[in-house]
Formats: sequence, structure tokens, C-alpha cells
Amino acid sequence: MYRARLFASRHARAYEVIYNATSPVILSTLNIINKLTKGKLDKPITWSEKIVKGFLFDCQMCGNCVLSSTGMACPMNCPKTLRNGPCGGVRANGNCEVKPEMKCVWVEAWSGSEKMKNNLAIQEIQFAVDHSHRGSSAWIRLAKEDKQIT
Amino acid sequence: MSIPETNNQAYTYHPGELLPGLEGHISRGRFERVLRNGDFTVTAELAPPDSTDRNEVFEQATLFDGFVDAINATDGSGANCHMSSVVVCALLSYIGYSPIMQISCRDRNRIAIQGDLLGAGALSVCNVLALTGDDVSAGDHPEAKRVFDLDSISLITLIKQIRDEGSFLSGRTITNPPQMFVGTSINPFVPPVESRILQLEKKINAGADFIQTQYCFDMPMFKDFMSKAVDKGLTEKAFFLPGVGTLASARTARWIKNNVPGVHIPDSIFKRLEGAQDQKKEGQKICTELMQQVKEIEGVSGVHVMAYKQEECVAQMVQDSGVLGDRKPWSPKDEY
Repeated sequence: MYRARLFASRHARAYEVIYNATSPVILSTLNIINKLTKGKLDKPITWSEKIVKGFLFDCQMCGNCVLSSTGMACPMNCPKTLRNGPCGGVRANGNCEVKPEMKCVWVEAWSGSEKMKNNLAIQEIQFAVDHSHRGSSAWIRLAKEDKQIT
Repeated sequence: MSIPETNNQAYTYHPGELLPGLEGHISRGRFERVLRNGDFTVTAELAPPDSTDRNEVFEQATLFDGFVDAINATDGSGANCHMSSVVVCALLSYIGYSPIMQISCRDRNRIAIQGDLLGAGALSVCNVLALTGDDVSAGDHPEAKRVFDLDSISLITLIKQIRDEGSFLSGRTITNPPQMFVGTSINPFVPPVESRILQLEKKINAGADFIQTQYCFDMPMFKDFMSKAVDKGLTEKAFFLPGVGTLASARTARWIKNNVPGVHIPDSIFKRLEGAQDQKKEGQKICTELMQQVKEIEGVSGVHVMAYKQEECVAQMVQDSGVLGDRKPWSPKDEY
């Protein structure tokens, strides 16, 4: 949802706090569920991730979530799916070259990142999306890898 | 291969050979040599033809002879179809020119791009410019599927891996990796303006060796950007070639402003054009002055001239500006 997405990057700091507080819990819970059910609940978990993140961030389920490194603005909403910053075609009013009615995702991302405590994360180089993860749950994958949820 | 002759020149058509490697140099091309030598370097944009006639490529390149150090071959600029940049660069390097192969992420995925890099390397192409690319909606095939498998920073990372690690992204070994001098672009004139310097830093951290900017008509804005780049030490890590261009008339300028993504033209330029008797001449005069002005800016190593449909004026403008001093860039005429 476009409005919820703009809200997320405008309140990136609050989202960051909530994320940092809840992600270890979500992660370990998913890890336990995964071990107990041997992946039988993967589908409903993926489905709920899609609904929650879809509403909050217009999540496109790329399976390579980097929200905490992009000022809580999902880069997959950029028509060019750029993951390291804006292109050179941003309009003078800060809107997208391709979708004139939409705020440039990276204008949102940079302003979101400035509000966050970890405002250097946006400077990390993100390599291109691993398309083999498309449609899968980033939560489950990270839980299995036992990494920090993004 | 048969040995054709171009229409207007009797250049022998033979494989351009790489120059001997120099210590501290990445590529074996002339462009990097000129830059590292500390000479003010001039690059110009060549518009690949809508034709299979390679003479059209050579004729355009000839226009730059003696005034340009390296030639950018655009990759489907403005999302319009033209001869491919790989082939234009191969043709140019066969003559001995120093082409810069532009790669846009719009049309090819990582498999195709890696293949093209190897192919270009086999044909002595030494320089590559990693670009995001205009969206398909900007061009003459708006119904095409946009690829954008990579973005410009991923593309720089990829080229650097191929070059420095000698392997494809998959890890598979490349026996003779292409030694490419990697550049990218930056547009300091459009939002988010404040963050563009951080984006530049990110691009240089990814491995960009040189930077060619979008059209630079707003000199105060560009000076401000460059002073930030100098403060951050970025001019120590990469060579900067700001882009300058010609505007045929105030009407053309207005059209570009409204239709070409990412071109910022300040009102002062419109006023100058509107007030001139010969607007085309005035546009060239502005371009010449811009060249002189960018040369004075700290951290700038050269200038990139984009004179779309006015390629024949580039040599004269470079000469009028005097930015080359006594130096005369290499041209095939010196060789043959």
C-alpha cells in the first residue's frame, strides 16, 4: 500500500526500534517452528510475511529483504528495481522518472535512512537480487541461516 | 577477414593492439594513460548509427580526430535502438581509437553482460562505463520488457570481479580476464541532491575508476558538488570528467528539459539562448565556456562532450576552449 509505504520511510526510526526489538524473537520462534514442523508451515509463514510486509512496505517478495539498509523503503518498488541508490532520471519534484505520480523510492530511502540510528547501512553495497529466492520468505531463510532479520 | 577501406580515409583495417602494460595501470588502453599522465582529457560521445554500414561509425569518429582522447559509444541511448555499443567499440578499437563501451542495465542480464565483456576484451576494448540506463518508456520501444537484473553499482562490482578475481560471478575461472578501466556516471543535479555525494562515494567504493557526469549546465551547483568530493577524498580515488553539451536553441533546450530524464538546465542558460541572434552559435559558445570553467575546478581531470547531432562541432569547440593546451590527442592520422 503506497501510503503505508511512505509512512514507513517517514517513521523509519520508529520502525527500526520495533524491528530491532522484535526481530530476534521472530527469528528464534521461526527457527523453533521450523525445527519442530520440519518446514511444514513454510507456506503459511510465507503467506503471512507477504500480507504483513505487503501492507506495510508494498513488499514484492523478492526474498532478498534489505529494508533496514534502505531507510525502510522497499527498493523493489523502484520500476528499475535499483538496490544501491537512485538513477539519474529523478524528476525535479523528487518523483519517479517512470511513474511521475510516485515519489522516487530512493528519495524516500535516503530521507528514511537519515532518521535511523544505523544510518550508515544505506552505504553498504547490495549486490543484485538473487532471483532464485523470488516469492520465498526472507524470514524463513534468515531463520534457517540464523542471521539477523532485516 | 577481408581488408575494407573506409569511404573517406585509407585507414588499414587491422586489429587494434593493446598498448604495453604499465605499472599501476589497470588497462592497456590509451585513455587511462592520458588520465594518469595528468593531462586534461577530452572524451566525446558517438551516436551509434541506425545502419549496418561501419563507415558511418568511422565517419563520426573522424570528426573527433586530434581533439578527443576517448570516444563513448552509447548503449541504446534514450532506450532507442541503434547499433550495439560492443560492436561500435570493436570497430573503433580495430582502427586504434580508444573507445569507452557504455553498458546499460536495461537490456541485458548478468549472463549476457559477462559474455559481452569477454567479447569486448577480445577485441581490445579497454574502457567500460557502467550505467543504469533510461527506462524503456523513454524510447521508441516502450512495450519492451525492462531487464534491470543489475544496477550500476552491481555492474561495477561484477566488472571488478571479472577483472581482479579472474572469474565469472559463479566463480568459474576465466583464463584470460578482460582488463577493463571501469567508469560510471553521476547526476548531481537532480533529487535527492544532498545524497548524491554519498551515492558517488558508494560508486567509487564499488570500484569506479572514472566518473563521467550528466550534462553540467549549472556551474555553481557542480562546483559545490566537486568541493564535497574533494573534501571526501574521492578525487584521489577516481578521475572526474564532467559532461558538457550543446543546445541548438532555447526551444530544443526546453524540449530536453521536459522530455529527457535527468537533465537540469538553469534559467540563466535559457535567457542567454533566447537573447542571442544565432542561438545555435550561442549554444556552442556556452559549451566552450563550460569546458573552460570545469577545467578550473579542483579535482577535475577532463571533460566529456555530448554534442548529439552536432558531433561535427566538437573539434572546433575543443579548439576554441583551449583546454588541451599544446597537446594533440592521438588520431589514426598519426599512425597510418
